[in-house]
Amino acid sequence: MNQKKTIPTLIVLGSGGHTTEMFRLLSGTDLNIYKPRYYTIATTDKMSAKKMNEFELNTLKDMDVSFINRSRHVGQSYFSSIFTTLWAFFTVIPIVYRVRPKLILVNGPGTCIPIVIASLLLWVLFLINRPKIIFVESICRVQSLSLTGKILQYLPVHILVQWPQLTEHYPKTQYIGRLV
Amino acid sequence: MGKCAFITVGTTQFDLLIETIIHDSNVLETLINRLHIDKIILQTGNSQMPSYDNLSIPIEHYKYKDSIDNDIQQADIVISHAGAGTILQTLEAHKPLLVVVNEKLMNNHQLEIAHEMEQQGYLYHCTCSTIAKTLEKYVNHKFRQYEKGNPLLFGHYLNQIMS
Repeated sequence: MNQKKTIPTLIVLGSGGHTTEMFRLLSGTDLNIYKPRYYTIATTDKMSAKKMNEFELNTLKDMDVSFINRSRHVGQSYFSSIFTTLWAFFTVIPIVYRVRPKLILVNGPGTCIPIVIASLLLWVLFLINRPKIIFVESICRVQSLSLTGKILQYLPVHILVQWPQLTEHYPKTQYIGRLV
Repeated sequence: MGKCAFITVGTTQFDLLIETIIHDSNVLETLINRLHIDKIILQTGNSQMPSYDNLSIPIEHYKYKDSIDNDIQQADIVISHAGAGTILQTLEAHKPLLVVVNEKLMNNHQLEIAHEMEQQGYLYHCTCSTIAKTLEKYVNHKFRQYEKGNPLLFGHYLNQIMS
């Protein structure tokens, strides 16, 4: 790979443990290649914003952030979450269009699905180049995929899991070792 | 130096665990006589702190701290709810860990990780009614040491996929 070439990367911060895992993953990547880094954070998620600021403390020129409405609150019914997910979907379309990411990193939950769908939609409409999308399942998931992971199986997304036995149940997933 | 047990429930309400630690004499006796614990620190989160007096062991308790890292570091055994974050944090600190499952929160996928970590020899898990019995297993027991995951593998994977 040409080391000079940078890769605009869109990173979706989920919340709580998901955000913690995402920054651990990012700590293993080459920040001089994967930049600019565009983060999306739920408006209500103070913790993720704080973690992002700590992580990007010395690299502020290489990053940007958008705050968006969360697609599903803990405890919200699946039915009403359909509408908030739709809403989130329309708010993220302009973000993805503006960012034109070559790489999208998601590890759920939050606005992960709307962003994946929005970017695939923009791609099939020839509005952006096809981004590589990578979903990393949480280390908490040992026997079954999360709802986000289950949905993403049906989309052109690379799915990494952190326990090998998951790849037996979900053939689309890949295990390359425990990552966080 | 004295030995310390740290009990933590994260942000959950786990009244029965706190109650069992303080008022189940078998648990206290096992901690004191078998594991030579002489101090207990409780992080109670949303749980009720029951009243207590004349306990045979000094107790500190608080609801929340920004980070429980220090309490884990100074503990000789950690007794925790089944929260994945706490489980990983404790195993990464290489401290003996007993995970107590809250039976009021069934269908909790977090049980998966406690169960798997036990299978792999990193910890034991139990319910509130079996804490004393399970603690017996910690006498002179060496657990397998947990190694943190390796984010560099993820970095290599990205480089491969993007090249």
